[in-house]
Amino acid sequence: MRAIYILCVRQLKRYVRSPSRIIGSLGQPVLFLVALGFGMKAMFARAGGGNYINFLSPGIVSMAILFNAVFSGIEILWDRQFGFLKETLVAPVSRFEIVLGRMLGGAIVAFAQGLVVFVICLIAGFRVVRSPYVPLAIFFMFMIALLFAGLGTVFGSVLQDMQGFPLIMNFLIMPLFFFSGAIFTAAGLPHVLTLLLRLNPLSYGVDGLRGALINQFAFGLTTDLAVVTILTAVLLGIGSYFFSKIQL
Amino acid sequence: MGEMIVVNDLVKNYGEFCAVNHVSFSVPEGVIFGFLGPNGAGKTTTIKMLTTVLDPTSGSIRVNGHDPTREQKKVRQSFGIVFQDPSLDDELTAYENMDLHGVLYGVPRGERHKRIDLLIDLVGLGERKKDFVKTFSGGMKRRLEVARALLHKPRILFLDEPTIGLDPQTRNHIWGYIQQLSKTEGVTVFFTTHYMDEADRVANDVAVIDHGKIVAQGSPAALKEQAQCANLEDAFIALTGHAIREEEANAVDRMRQFGRAWRGGGRR
Repeated sequence: MRAIYILCVRQLKRYVRSPSRIIGSLGQPVLFLVALGFGMKAMFARAGGGNYINFLSPGIVSMAILFNAVFSGIEILWDRQFGFLKETLVAPVSRFEIVLGRMLGGAIVAFAQGLVVFVICLIAGFRVVRSPYVPLAIFFMFMIALLFAGLGTVFGSVLQDMQGFPLIMNFLIMPLFFFSGAIFTAAGLPHVLTLLLRLNPLSYGVDGLRGALINQFAFGLTTDLAVVTILTAVLLGIGSYFFSKIQL
Repeated sequence: MGEMIVVNDLVKNYGEFCAVNHVSFSVPEGVIFGFLGPNGAGKTTTIKMLTTVLDPTSGSIRVNGHDPTREQKKVRQSFGIVFQDPSLDDELTAYENMDLHGVLYGVPRGERHKRIDLLIDLVGLGERKKDFVKTFSGGMKRRLEVARALLHKPRILFLDEPTIGLDPQTRNHIWGYIQQLSKTEGVTVFFTTHYMDEADRVANDVAVIDHGKIVAQGSPAALKEQAQCANLEDAFIALTGHAIREEEANAVDRMRQFGRAWRGGGRR
């Protein structure tokens, strides 16, 4: 337990102390929010979709969480380069505790970034439709963070150097975001896109978050809860497994 | 006094390649033991096996009476280690790096704070304990790592080339601290180095490993005697030959190179 705690504390300290990182990782979500949110607003309303900012905001919050969570896992690579990883791997604690501490710390940081983006969305005009469900929204945000911290841990453990990072960004993380229903509705899509949407774990996180905040579900609350919870557990498991295989 | 490290018929194969070839040696409690050898001789592989991060192919190891493959936690609790490359978190302060180590090793809070203050003063970093490690010089980082490795009162201190890349003044300082601490803390020291003058000066005992085999063992004086040389460097070359050893860059080296290009400026 003590290892999990102290490694979480470490990640939070690093996060709070690095304003440039906090602001830097806000860039992309804010860009999407402004460009898409305001750019498509009129068109979305004309097509009968309602308030696009309200529809888009949960997706943008999810995006911020996704990027930060995956990146927290990739930080294993930096810790390997700067040697700190060794210090933890020869300590008399199990690797499982270490990786759990890392994933939890990374998830908390990603969640915090999600909250910051959430506030920005409120400033941009987002309005919560179902305020009693905010705790449920927070639950979904944290689960998205944990799930993708697990996925990031897999990459951070398997990759040997940063060369593979752009590959993961362009061929996995961006598609995960674009095909998650974060920016468009699930209804009336071509079959291929529907399939991609259904296979994408982020879709269920976005849908759960959106449902909790503005009461608009594509899959339904039960499905979202079940899929997100099970996948989070699975990915934490897979992340731990790959981390345990790291050779010094 | 007992033996702190006992290695018996140790073998490590990587596929066809034999990195450590039937090595046996022992390190008595309380001594400063130098483990010498050219690049790629098997030094780091041996340290990795002694410190539980690599499993041997065959042979037996006892560290403080425990088997690193089966009693990992007990062995890990028994030693402190200073790696060849830095292993501090740059974005934490000196004190926080120490504190994190103390928590990982289960040192109770009261004792932890007392020992951190004591050790950090001993290595001359008392004034800088609240500063971020990224503002430290290479020598200061090394001193902090030595202090950190001793925080949980280990019985053995492993030092993998502790003075590499440091100027002679800093090297002398670091060895001064290590010798002093080995006395006050009663800790056995196991180190590797390429600086033969250092080994000659500080080690009570040395072993020379080459191509995975121990080629000589004894006090520095005995080795010089055996090779009929005036200093340990000549004795070392007499024992291991003149050929230059090539090592392939591993993934971490490549990563480091990439990081330097990417972030600008290296470390140390």
